[in-house]
Amino acid sequence: MRPAPRLQEIPLRLELRGITKRFGDLVANDHIDLTVEPGEVHALLGENGAGKSTLMNQLYGLLQPDEGEILVDGEARTFRSPRDAIAAGIGMVHQHFMLVPVFTVAENIALGAEKTRAGFLDRRRARREVLEVSERYGLPVDPDALVEHLPVGAQQRVEIVKALTRDVDVLILDEPTAVLTPQETEELLAVMRGLSDAGKSIVFITHKLKEVKAIADRITVIRRGRTVGTASPDAAEDELASIMVGRAVNLEVNKAPAEPGREVLHVSGLIVDDDRGVRAVDNVDLTVRAGEVLGIAGVQGNGQTELVEAVMGLRRPRAGSIKVDNEELTGMSTKQILRSGVGYVPEDRSLDGVVKEFTVAENLVLDQYDRAPYGNAFQLNPAAVAESARERVEQFDIRTMSAETAVGTLSGGNQQKVVVARELSRPLRLFIAAQPTRGVDVGSIEFIHSRIVHERDVGTAVIVVSSELDEVVGLADRVAVMYRGRILAIVSPDTPREELGLLMAGITGSRDTPATDADGAEEKGTK
Amino acid sequence: MTTDGPVGTSKDADETAAETAPEAATATAPQEPKNDSAEESFLSHFVHNLWAANTVTVTLLSVLLAMVIGAVLIVISDPAVLSTFSYFTARPGDAMNASWTLVSTAYADLFKGAIVDPAAITAWADGSGTWKQVFAPISETLTYAAPLVFTGLSVAVAFRGGLFNIGGQGQAIIGTIIAAMAGFLLPLPPVIHLFAALLAGALGGALWGFVPGILKARTGAHEVIVTIMLNYTANLFLGWLILQKGIQQPGRSDAISKTVDESAQLPSFGGELRANVGIILAVLATAGVAWLLNRSAFGFELRAVGHNPAAAKTAGMSVAKTYTMLMVTAGALAGLGGATQVLGTAHALTPQVAGNIGFDGLLVALLGRNRPWGTLLAAILFGALRAGGNRMQSFTGISLELVTVVQALIVIFIAAPALVKAIFRLRAARTARLGASMAKGW
Repeated sequence: MRPAPRLQEIPLRLELRGITKRFGDLVANDHIDLTVEPGEVHALLGENGAGKSTLMNQLYGLLQPDEGEILVDGEARTFRSPRDAIAAGIGMVHQHFMLVPVFTVAENIALGAEKTRAGFLDRRRARREVLEVSERYGLPVDPDALVEHLPVGAQQRVEIVKALTRDVDVLILDEPTAVLTPQETEELLAVMRGLSDAGKSIVFITHKLKEVKAIADRITVIRRGRTVGTASPDAAEDELASIMVGRAVNLEVNKAPAEPGREVLHVSGLIVDDDRGVRAVDNVDLTVRAGEVLGIAGVQGNGQTELVEAVMGLRRPRAGSIKVDNEELTGMSTKQILRSGVGYVPEDRSLDGVVKEFTVAENLVLDQYDRAPYGNAFQLNPAAVAESARERVEQFDIRTMSAETAVGTLSGGNQQKVVVARELSRPLRLFIAAQPTRGVDVGSIEFIHSRIVHERDVGTAVIVVSSELDEVVGLADRVAVMYRGRILAIVSPDTPREELGLLMAGITGSRDTPATDADGAEEKGTK
Repeated sequence: MTTDGPVGTSKDADETAAETAPEAATATAPQEPKNDSAEESFLSHFVHNLWAANTVTVTLLSVLLAMVIGAVLIVISDPAVLSTFSYFTARPGDAMNASWTLVSTAYADLFKGAIVDPAAITAWADGSGTWKQVFAPISETLTYAAPLVFTGLSVAVAFRGGLFNIGGQGQAIIGTIIAAMAGFLLPLPPVIHLFAALLAGALGGALWGFVPGILKARTGAHEVIVTIMLNYTANLFLGWLILQKGIQQPGRSDAISKTVDESAQLPSFGGELRANVGIILAVLATAGVAWLLNRSAFGFELRAVGHNPAAAKTAGMSVAKTYTMLMVTAGALAGLGGATQVLGTAHALTPQVAGNIGFDGLLVALLGRNRPWGTLLAAILFGALRAGGNRMQSFTGISLELVTVVQALIVIFIAAPALVKAIFRLRAARTARLGASMAKGW
């Protein structure tokens, strides 16, 4: 495919001109122009559904543009398949990884470009290639590790190495940080810097402003299928956000000081094991009062998930007590707990939060379908379901064709609004939101945050679990830092970031907070 | 459709639908591997995709294609017609004529046996025949269809809840056994006796469904394996039971049970019309299942569990209870199918009393796209093929097995929608891709 062997050292210049792609009546890309200079990190910024992925899929040969052309080094090219794109020096790392979990790293990398010797896969050569590339670009991967055993961040490195072994000069990263912990994100940004220093161009698709500012050389903002502007990384975050969303966006969470009331949730001596029987929550004591937000910060996998699941009755604790208004929750079923006035936004929306094949209306009553007015233990009342769905779609600004649309077709942010709407549509005593804005676009984040604060203000006890420190600090009145199943400290959200970061890494330092001191709740942590 | 895979190999529309949204990535993110068995997710993925790819058009075209291939087989299987092909180049007309005559006669007989025989209409018009003769073929069709409706619904309901009920056969057999025993052992007055026998059949099937259901819910035992094993168990139990004293027909040495009391038999329409009340029950059952799936609280639960057990659990539903109840319901339906068979047409237990209705139910559900009314129509089609096949066999001399082959071909084509679309050059691939892209909201 390649016209002549290019020298690796001469990076290529990529230009998209007037790319237009329609799906029926929808114009997904409307005359988009984009130039990627050699060696630059070009951020493609836009909300979910803005058309970023569609654009990149055309560049990668997965879709063919209806209009416009793709120029590589000034020469118009047509990519009929990813094979053509790779041959032209363009590689892509997808949002969800295209790896075979039971294969080793080397096997995965060889997959699709198997080098054979006498009809057998040349494993040694595959290993050598992996090691070569990983050393050259400072991407540590173990070629013999099974992919299923690797953490997400390492799997992503495998994807990047895979693209690099195909000898590409332009690397498209589609929302690469969506699945990463803050540390892994830092590592990835360092890798991107290294790649761009080595002369590779990177197209970085994202909607996270901080990362864009940290890494991008140039920024192109796409909104509703059109290029709405280019910006330099010096631009302020709210400025970028407002270009992206098309209106002024408030990135700060606006909230009045909390007015904590009675003690609603009281957790004491809670011990929970994870699926493998490993202790995930280790003797946790916690209280949350009515009208306050307790933020639980921590790197993912430190027991937050298990803690929340235990409260919701989804996981049986080994020991300890969980009380809401002095009513013991342990031993109750999830349904009873939900009915007792606990609202829950699960951390993994697509797995636990919604039934994608169900309509918006059905998802909105997923935990209320057998209660008046939506129905009874025997049958549903479709009219009431539809009626309330219409109201809530409006009230929670859920962007959908209709309440009868399958939830799976909505953008991540709107799916999350469905979950939030469902849980916040009944009177609550306790509201638990785990990763409430993961994979949610800026406009929806603002909305979801405001609803959470509103719920606090009407006197509900709120727990927000998030691996995004900004989110925890923005929403919380008190911040509990979780590390290896323990609450290391409960601090004020005004605590300096560095200190929080250290706590998240398990370093308590000079701060003299006893690790599991429930009375830490009593300290004046609120603003 | 190819928007997600790096080499465009993935045909998984579900995956594509989630493509732009980062939650797709988070779905792959959880570090602890979920303990769902791989084969199950593969199976359900496969069947879900089958549904997505199959339109009503494809279903109809599959039937057409199967009939065309059936025609070829008819020609090949007839030595006389086949011999005309030996001089095809010299006189192609002979071969064409002979083939056409044979195939058209065969299919005409199929039609006459399954729907209506024009000769009977003429006879009725000039007074030499009765109206019952006109409706006899349809009656035959419905007679064969009734049990299939029940077993088809059984499979369809289970599938909507995410379970593969391969055990329709076993459940139907137990249904026939218990219904028949209630039919000849219980001394009850008419009407009540019939209802008791039907209920007994349903309970028998429900019990046979409960076992895999509770095992799945409590221990995670795969329902496919358990139901297959229970099919054997039921079959062997039937073979043993028939020969026991008090069950076997007195004075007979072969494997046949006592006859079901007349008070427990499903009344037929009389005379040439062999069809019985079973078909009416089948239509009622279809309406019942449609209500159950779409309007009932249990139906909501089972659909939620079928699509996404994790989300159902998080929303407070009991997945274990749903699985158990689902298998009980499916078993009861299949048991009713068996009861219809024995109380309606067979009237006594024999080793073959349930025929193949359980397995045919799988095909019927597949053809009916797991929708209640679709399943009803598919069962009637299968019944028609069977009824017409009988006539075709006795009039044209074509083996009844041809009908089985046609049924199998229909199912094969349904299972390979891409093949059907390619044959008829439907631009399905294009539209499917568009649909998927639309679905993920660009």
